[in-house]
Amino acid sequence: MVIPMQLSADGGAVITAVRDAEYTAEVTGGAIGSFSLTDVSVAYGRDRVIEGVTMDVPAHAVTALIGPSGCGKSTLLRCLNRMNDELGNVHVGGRITLDGQDIMGKAMDPVELRMRVGQVFQRPNPFPMSIFDNVAYGPRTQGIRSRTELSDLVEATLRSSALWDEVKNSLKKHAFELSGGQQQRLCIARALATRPEVILMDEPASALDPISTQQIEDTIAALKSSVTIVIVTHNMQQAARISDKTAFMLRESLEAPAFLVEMGDTKRMFTNPEDTRTESYITGRFG
Amino acid sequence: MRGLIYACGWLAIIILGAIAAFLIHNSVRAIQEAGIGTMLSTTAWYPTSSPGKFGLLPLIVGSLYVTGVALLVSVPVGVGAAVFISEFSGRRVKDVMKTIIEFMAAVPSVVYGLIGVAVLIPLVKDIFALDSGMTALTGGVVLGIMSIPTVITISEDALHAVPADLRRGSAALGNTRWQTTYKVTLPAAGSGIFAASMLGLGRAIGETMAVLMLTGNAAVMPASVLESVRTMTGTIAAEMGEVVQGGLHYSVLFAVGLVLFIITFAINLAADLVLERQRKRWRR
Ligand SMILES: Nc1ncnc2c1ncn2[C@@H]1O[C@H](COP(=O)(O)OP(=O)(O)OP(=O)(O)O)[C@@H](O)[C@H]1O
Ligand SMILES: [Mg+2]
Repeated sequence: MVIPMQLSADGGAVITAVRDAEYTAEVTGGAIGSFSLTDVSVAYGRDRVIEGVTMDVPAHAVTALIGPSGCGKSTLLRCLNRMNDELGNVHVGGRITLDGQDIMGKAMDPVELRMRVGQVFQRPNPFPMSIFDNVAYGPRTQGIRSRTELSDLVEATLRSSALWDEVKNSLKKHAFELSGGQQQRLCIARALATRPEVILMDEPASALDPISTQQIEDTIAALKSSVTIVIVTHNMQQAARISDKTAFMLRESLEAPAFLVEMGDTKRMFTNPEDTRTESYITGRFG
Repeated sequence: MRGLIYACGWLAIIILGAIAAFLIHNSVRAIQEAGIGTMLSTTAWYPTSSPGKFGLLPLIVGSLYVTGVALLVSVPVGVGAAVFISEFSGRRVKDVMKTIIEFMAAVPSVVYGLIGVAVLIPLVKDIFALDSGMTALTGGVVLGIMSIPTVITISEDALHAVPADLRRGSAALGNTRWQTTYKVTLPAAGSGIFAASMLGLGRAIGETMAVLMLTGNAAVMPASVLESVRTMTGTIAAEMGEVVQGGLHYSVLFAVGLVLFIITFAINLAADLVLERQRKRWRR
């Protein structure tokens, strides 16, 4: 699984996502980073919070997860990189495949999965170290030691997350000295640096000001040619602006688990939803 | 009510100031007659010869040896246990461990001393083929064990203060829990762990009873930790009963107390400053 990093002519980075997992080409028709969920359910202890979610997350596109607070969007997102494992006492049922490969079975090492499926959190969480070391953190875990290789990687990913111009002269600066928006773009760069197929984002702009939010959205738009993005958002305008597909989840009562109401092209979901519940949620949120 | 609380706060400061003033007042004679420079630079401690010789260096070095050994025991064990409790154990194990640690801290130092006499002294004697098992090493090991609870408690607090989001961020980048611990969590808690070590050191350097029972109390410059030493605390405790009140020897013992006070005060101050800096860091 070697992914060449190239700098395009204008200096902007292009992560050419070429992976040589042979089966990938067969299963997904060439594109990589697609999920397929079949009858996925999640329970925290005895509390069943999600049930019967079946959906396909297409590669190299932005998929938005929307729904009211507490309907399990974050929980479902965490299934995709097995971060629920970290919480303990969480049971995930059903089947999830990444490029045709089962990610929930014993055969899949969660550590390896997380290098392929990165995550950006709601609040920026840079490590207490320099900007450079933050971005180089994942690659170092992967065993990359060469200084030049790391420098190239850091530059390329910081360009991809549109932070390079602001930090290129201060890579040794402590990450905590950056603004909130810069920190979040640093976290995106950090996630990109392991050259993942997919990046999961859980309300990545909810803690940011409008300008920083705009920058994050621009970054997402630029990234989708090379990685699959799954984003949770409460902001309907944002979902409409940046996503290709939208999935609407709902938990109708505390007794019953949440489920997927419908999923489809964002344009259709926002103009002509099949389900009236989708319509009322979206119009309500557009307010 | 508020006035009462203020008064308590001020009382603490006043007591501290009074202790310092009292130590200084009683040390004046020693400082004038025996000389501060002489006391801190000579190695002969013959307080009862005439004229008495008051070289504090053997006592200071004795204390350093013992506390050095104690640090080598308490820091690795204490930090290791804190990491285990904070990063690798579930709620129940955590609660059990915390209770055990509280018990450990509550055992009187005489009891530690007794166990040291019964177990460690013969052991050290045999292992290193010495004439006597009463050495700086023996005292240091027991002192180290005694200060483990301090090191664990403060280190655990420091690890606990590291935001969970950082651990998740590291795990999400494909790091095992162990990798996350040594690459992110431990460095992030570094200053707190340093402070924990300092406070453990403070506990060790001030301890008296156990060292008195275990180190052999020979007031000569030790060449290694396998020799008998006498610590500053041990000296004060052992000799205070035999001195003439108001005499030079009496005053010198107060000077020893003053040195001890300054050292522990400085250690605690340093630890506090570091802890405060760490607290500010996570208050984002
Ligand atoms: N670690 C956990 N342990 C137990 N229950 C949890 C845990 N995390 C989430 N839940 C429960 O699972 C349900 C779904 O939570 P989740 O955080 O996935 O919702 P969400 O859609 O992301 O909400 P929000 O929009 O507020 O972020 C909620 O009822 C929540 O209480
Ligand atoms: Mg959420």
